[in-house]
Amino acid sequence: MPTRKTLAATALGAVLTAGLLAPAVQAQEKTDFKIAWTIYAGWMPWGYIQDSGIMDKWAAKYDLDIEVVQLNDYIESINQYTAGAFDGVTATTMDALSIPAGGGVDSTALIIGDYSDGNDAIIAKSDIGLGDLAGMPVNLVELSVSHYLLARALESAELSERDLGGVINTSDADMIAAYQTQDVEVVVTWNPLVEAIMEGGDAHKIYDSSDIPGEIIDALFVSTEVLEANPDFGKALTGAWYETMALMDSGTPEGDEALSAMAEAAGTDLAGYKRQLAATAMFYTPGAAKDFTEGAALPDTMVSVAEFLFDKGILGEGAPGADFVGVAYPDGSTTGDAGNVNMRFDTTYVTMAAEGAL
Amino acid sequence: MRLINQSPARPAAIVLMILPFAALAIAYAVGSEIRLAANPQDKLLPAPSQIWDTAVRLFTEGDRRTGRILLWYDTGASLGRLAIGVAISALSALVFGMAIGMLPYARRTLGGFVGVISMVPPLAILPILFIIFGLGEVSKVALIVVGITPVMIRDLSARTLEIPREMIVKAETLGASSAVIALRVVLPQILPRLISSIRLSLGPAWLFLIAAEAIAAQLGLGYRIFLVRRYLAMDVILTYVIWITLLAFVMDYALRLLARKAFPWTEAAL
Repeated sequence: MPTRKTLAATALGAVLTAGLLAPAVQAQEKTDFKIAWTIYAGWMPWGYIQDSGIMDKWAAKYDLDIEVVQLNDYIESINQYTAGAFDGVTATTMDALSIPAGGGVDSTALIIGDYSDGNDAIIAKSDIGLGDLAGMPVNLVELSVSHYLLARALESAELSERDLGGVINTSDADMIAAYQTQDVEVVVTWNPLVEAIMEGGDAHKIYDSSDIPGEIIDALFVSTEVLEANPDFGKALTGAWYETMALMDSGTPEGDEALSAMAEAAGTDLAGYKRQLAATAMFYTPGAAKDFTEGAALPDTMVSVAEFLFDKGILGEGAPGADFVGVAYPDGSTTGDAGNVNMRFDTTYVTMAAEGAL
Repeated sequence: MRLINQSPARPAAIVLMILPFAALAIAYAVGSEIRLAANPQDKLLPAPSQIWDTAVRLFTEGDRRTGRILLWYDTGASLGRLAIGVAISALSALVFGMAIGMLPYARRTLGGFVGVISMVPPLAILPILFIIFGLGEVSKVALIVVGITPVMIRDLSARTLEIPREMIVKAETLGASSAVIALRVVLPQILPRLISSIRLSLGPAWLFLIAAEAIAAQLGLGYRIFLVRRYLAMDVILTYVIWITLLAFVMDYALRLLARKAFPWTEAAL
């Protein structure tokens, strides 16, 4: 009977598909790791770490195999990490709170690399103040750090999003072309787009992330389970990162060579990349990263980020309130729901790096 | 008996029709079950019950800030764009298709042009459309029109050319002018074809609509999908995908009914 065969084949197909859809997410001791990164001034070192062999050197020291993979799409990279395809990913603390942590994937901020200090900006075609934004349409990547920056700017001008002439979700890939069109008046975006738009002439930066220092934080997040089962993975990544940081900050010809390689990968030249780094508060030493992570301001920032995310409905269906996801800090304190901690700031590994114990 | 001569009886046919849908649903449910067992908050494959809850909420509850039920606003915005785009395309396809098919002068002038234009991938010239038409409604409708019109014109002009020459000559001997031939001989034969052409173009039209909404928009089904993609809200995405599929299916079905009612003599061709 062909019908019965078809049934059997379909059932088999169904089971196979189910297996494909559900890659086992299990933490255990292992030796092969993959982390994903995307283009951004503060994350360019990851590409250099992979290409220069620094990663291989540190991985070999702990008898591991770590692959640092560049992805083209930032959100896709975080989604892939959340789905279990990577052991770590570069992300802002805001996106890490909404996507993996909100999705129940317990993540640890292994290395806080920098915070945006001017890299994200609100740009208008005319020389206006924040108060003049009322009634104007604003183009940005909705629900991104740009949206957060806009919300903070409006707060300081005692406006709300409702006072604007609308927020138009615009893909970052099309932001520069969009800025050229007539009906776009104000955009919010990040570097290197900011720099490209500012070169265009009639562009005025009316607010940028240096007005809210320390709030847009860029980090490498790794799966907490994987890290706990494989502490050497954390050590190798931290070691490779701070070796590269020292090189970048050395001011030597080797350092400039490394920066040039990163600049090229970012599609700019050495001078352009240095300008972008100037708008990025890099933590070149493990001590600086440790001080920032243990600082008193971080919990306040994370609470206001969580409130922003909840207000926009980003925390997801299961989120009854802004404090639905718990965040743990190095001193053991938490914000949000202490029973649902899915994001951790941990200075164990940077402390080791600072003490030269890696 | 040969396999090609065996066909299922009525009940078996229905079971066979449902089978792939059921297989897909089971595959999804099993996959979702496995992932949720590992992580109860997993967003990638939400449980079918959760998708149902989300769908109910999306269809009935207002937005936290504005109180508007966004799904209906999204649907209205998207269907409006789609309707305008498809209407413009259908009308120009009818006019130009008939002209190219009937008039040798129009054929020499436009035939080659339309043939070349229909090869331009519309998404590739999207940045140009933006610069010309801005980021507003016009460019979204324009993308649909640019995307589906050339192919529809080619389809209709080819069908017009297929009308037997004898029929045209007979009308001429009866004293019909070009205009009368167009209205009384060609148009009735072309209209059913126009409907099937629209049906075939609806798929690409949705594709272009969603592509345009993904790039810059404040409202729309494609906009919402690309927005919530930022935080992996698969329950919302799946609800929207199922809703879009349902809308597209209903449109296709309605057009088929329309063709059957309005042009009963052509049913075999549809």
